[in-house]
Amino acid sequence: MRLGIMARRREIVCQQAVELVTDYLEGALPSAARRRFERHLAGCPHCTEYLAQMRATIELAGRVTADDLTPQMQDEFIALYRQWRAEPEPPGD
Amino acid sequence: MELIQRLRAGDEQAFVVLVRRYHDSMIRLASSFVPSRAVAEEVVQDTWMGVVRGIGNFEGRSSLRTWLFRILVNRARTAGTRERRSVAIGDAEPAVDPSRFDEAGAWLSPPEQWIEEADDRLRSGKLAGRIRSAIEELPARQREVVTLRDVEGLSSDEVCHVLEITDGNQRVLLHRGRSRVRQVLETEFGRA
Repeated sequence: MRLGIMARRREIVCQQAVELVTDYLEGALPSAARRRFERHLAGCPHCTEYLAQMRATIELAGRVTADDLTPQMQDEFIALYRQWRAEPEPPGD
Repeated sequence: MELIQRLRAGDEQAFVVLVRRYHDSMIRLASSFVPSRAVAEEVVQDTWMGVVRGIGNFEGRSSLRTWLFRILVNRARTAGTRERRSVAIGDAEPAVDPSRFDEAGAWLSPPEQWIEEADDRLRSGKLAGRIRSAIEELPARQREVVTLRDVEGLSSDEVCHVLEITDGNQRVLLHRGRSRVRQVLETEFGRA
């Protein structure tokens, strides 16, 4: 039995690595687990790609933009705003 | 002048800026708590009224958007009939389909490449709708967290405060939500 095999038993496999990605990105992994995760990545191009894809997913979600109001809705909100300012307490509240 | 000061001073253009920026996001967030779009719109309008009338009481301890989302979530919960399953967190949901790994847990069917492709499509404007719908298709609690964190850019502390969840639950929901969105992008744009 080689020592290398013993040492490897404590290493993580790909299926475990993909579950640690968010904790890793959130800085929530304890340091030993973080080192183990990084060691796995260093030897695994697929999980490295997976991590890059999770980063890309986050970045792409951040580029989703909100629908703007239509001019008609803007006018309606301005009318409501004036009404709300004019009567600070709702009747019967 | 800062937006908050302008709002306090009753500047209606400042209110329009705020509504244009957040109305759509608030409708999306409210929709995950209530049964219909119509109820979501009522909840959001009610929130705006609360904001206009309550801006004088806003102490600035949290950011304006955190305050907005917090008011929204409180009202949406009150209006919502959807039962919030606390057990949902415990349900097993792997980030990647287990059939893609071998018995030892190593990739059998590794991630297909899509980042470059997605970037190209984003530039041509085709991707935005797909990402948005992928987020909308998430289970409600995952959608709430992904929307606030990744679309709106709130911090984890802010999201925990707005949704009244623990940091651990926030991370689990974020992980599942992001993992699902990643899978949608891979399925759509991936090539082995």
